[in-house]
Amino acid sequence: MSSYSVSHLAYLESEAIYVLREVAAQFQHPCLLFSGGKDSICMAHLAAKAFWPARIPFPFVHVDTGHNFAETIAFRDALVGQLGVRLVVGSVQDSIDRGRVQEERGPNASRNALQTVTLLDTLSEHGFDAALGGARRDEEKARAKERIFSHRDEFGQWEPKHQRPELWMILNGRKQPGEHFRVFPLSNWTEMDVWQYIRRERLDLPTIYFAHEREVLRRDGVLLAVTPFVQPRDGEVVERKLIRFRTVGDATCTGAVESGAADLDAIIAEVAAARVTERGTRADDRRSETSMEDRKREGYF
Amino acid sequence: MSQSVQDMEILRFTTAGSVDDGKSTLIGRLMYDTKTIFEDQLEAVERSSRRRGDENLNLALLTDGLRAEREQGITIDVAYRYFATPRRKFIIADTPGHIQYTRNMVTGASTANLAIVLVDARKGVIEQTRRHAFIASLLRIQNVVVCVNKMDLVDYAESVFDEIVHAFGDFSSKLDVASTTFLPISALHGDNVVERSTHMPWYEGPSLLYHLEHVQIGSEANHVDARFPVQTVIRPHSDRYHDFRGYAGRVMGGVFKPGDEVLVLPSGFTSRIRAIHTADGELEEAFWPHSVAITLEHDIDVSRGDMIVKPQNQPRVGQDVDAMLCWLSERKPLQLGGRYVLRHTTREVKAIVRDVHYKVDINSLHRVEDDRSIALNEIGRVTVRTSSPLFHDEYRRNRMTGSFVLVDEFSNETVAAGMIR
Repeated sequence: MSSYSVSHLAYLESEAIYVLREVAAQFQHPCLLFSGGKDSICMAHLAAKAFWPARIPFPFVHVDTGHNFAETIAFRDALVGQLGVRLVVGSVQDSIDRGRVQEERGPNASRNALQTVTLLDTLSEHGFDAALGGARRDEEKARAKERIFSHRDEFGQWEPKHQRPELWMILNGRKQPGEHFRVFPLSNWTEMDVWQYIRRERLDLPTIYFAHEREVLRRDGVLLAVTPFVQPRDGEVVERKLIRFRTVGDATCTGAVESGAADLDAIIAEVAAARVTERGTRADDRRSETSMEDRKREGYF
Repeated sequence: MSQSVQDMEILRFTTAGSVDDGKSTLIGRLMYDTKTIFEDQLEAVERSSRRRGDENLNLALLTDGLRAEREQGITIDVAYRYFATPRRKFIIADTPGHIQYTRNMVTGASTANLAIVLVDARKGVIEQTRRHAFIASLLRIQNVVVCVNKMDLVDYAESVFDEIVHAFGDFSSKLDVASTTFLPISALHGDNVVERSTHMPWYEGPSLLYHLEHVQIGSEANHVDARFPVQTVIRPHSDRYHDFRGYAGRVMGGVFKPGDEVLVLPSGFTSRIRAIHTADGELEEAFWPHSVAITLEHDIDVSRGDMIVKPQNQPRVGQDVDAMLCWLSERKPLQLGGRYVLRHTTREVKAIVRDVHYKVDINSLHRVEDDRSIALNEIGRVTVRTSSPLFHDEYRRNRMTGSFVLVDEFSNETVAAGMIR
């Protein structure tokens, strides 16, 4: 590398910081969508870096399905306290109680799709005009076409065929009242980049990312943790296994992988050798070939 | 795949090809052979291939993302793909090649260090090949790689390859491209994509992946003309950093060091750099692509849209800009004399396109002097008048400070991309 070249992680970090600063400059009321997952932990860290030595100039929003891993919530509260940012929680349970959405029924019921309504309600209730998310283009094929500044109409919908062209580093955040943007500073990161960055920056993660023993059951090929929300059905066997999670989402649809990777080096080695994408452990993406595209059009993360 | 190596360079490249010349297959092949494709993705593709009745595993399905694309069997928008080898991380801007989507090629090319132009060995250099090469040169991509694909269908014949190299050379001599490399490949069978082909002993060059891993990049970043467009001002209002006033931005050219004498545009005030801050500590020097916060010795008024430069090396400052303009909107063509919002670096101004000097016929590269209309996917040379001065450079000297977009005042859509002459 020449003396004026930088490593890929430095490049990705500087790009993300640029995007975060554009958001602060171009929008009135931005917020950062924080799930407690590794991508949003990276986002929180990048936001802290982007505005250092000032505090992060926008609140975090957590859309809470009510089906959480306890470890994630504890982690969230500690991080928010440490960064000194305000936390806004949008509750799917509230949306259900208020009749905004109806709980899915049937054997594969999940609150995953319901989150979209809670998310959009929370954004409009607080007047947020930009929501920063940790989604990456390598995650899923519908995401591969997502812009960094992704325009949403007044219904929160994404129009994949009428996206604004995004050239050079010029980000166009102009909009009509009632419309908003989703902004993805990690667009050009891969899962491996995220893990390498976590190691480089020595970021703390919720413990469920690391190997631990837990009671699990296998449902439709996905290994689910037994929680108050996931109980064995007829014929399903509860086993105690050494597992970890590759993504952290709603406990009803986030699959675990059998793994002994107990630290970052072991996880990175595992990710490098992995033969299944991290979303391959997500039951929500298995519903159909275009399930992510369909959910995104409606306003999903 | 030893991706645990921490220090890789990033190479961003764009791929352009016509319908059916195997672009998606080539990308699928690169990702498949570098083991970027995972089992669940592969299974999904196998299922789809079977359902469609495809004979071979249809690698193109790996990259065709949206439902409409799978239905129509074409790629309709820019999609970004990622893969890595131990040497480099690659970002592909995968753009469709058919005639109505010049706009996507321009978009993909705007951030690329290298362009792959695909030519079907059976068809040779056709209009679309010329258009792709022209766009690569217009967007100042320094490296063009011409992949002559489907060599398997012409019996891996050297003469076919040579003919295409000559035909392309005749045409590209009129273009402004630093380096052009030619490769005979078969994306379907993997010849010369990752591994050297055994079918073409007459070809002595590297495989495509080897070339991508070793080609010299970075020469397009400007390390001479110091340019720092201010994004936002950081003021902590805390006891510890009471007087801190940091100008946050990304270095868009040149090198900045503490102690450097600087000039702020548009005010014209001069000062010195006190420090270059990052959350990880102060830097001894900052250059592209660093995102930093600069503090100055003097308390002068600096805000978003201003540019910090050096007194002895200033950009052009003016309200009349001569540019090549590519129209991106399908809804409305260019309105001569109409008002637009112009975004350039971190600056936003009003703008009027005052004149169209000529339009480029992007197939023949001829100038069309008497046609002043510019619609979707058309490119013309224009004069733009702005409501306040821009601090700009020639695009060929600096892609960041030499580029702008026009935004429709009402729909807020990005309607045109401009490259300053």
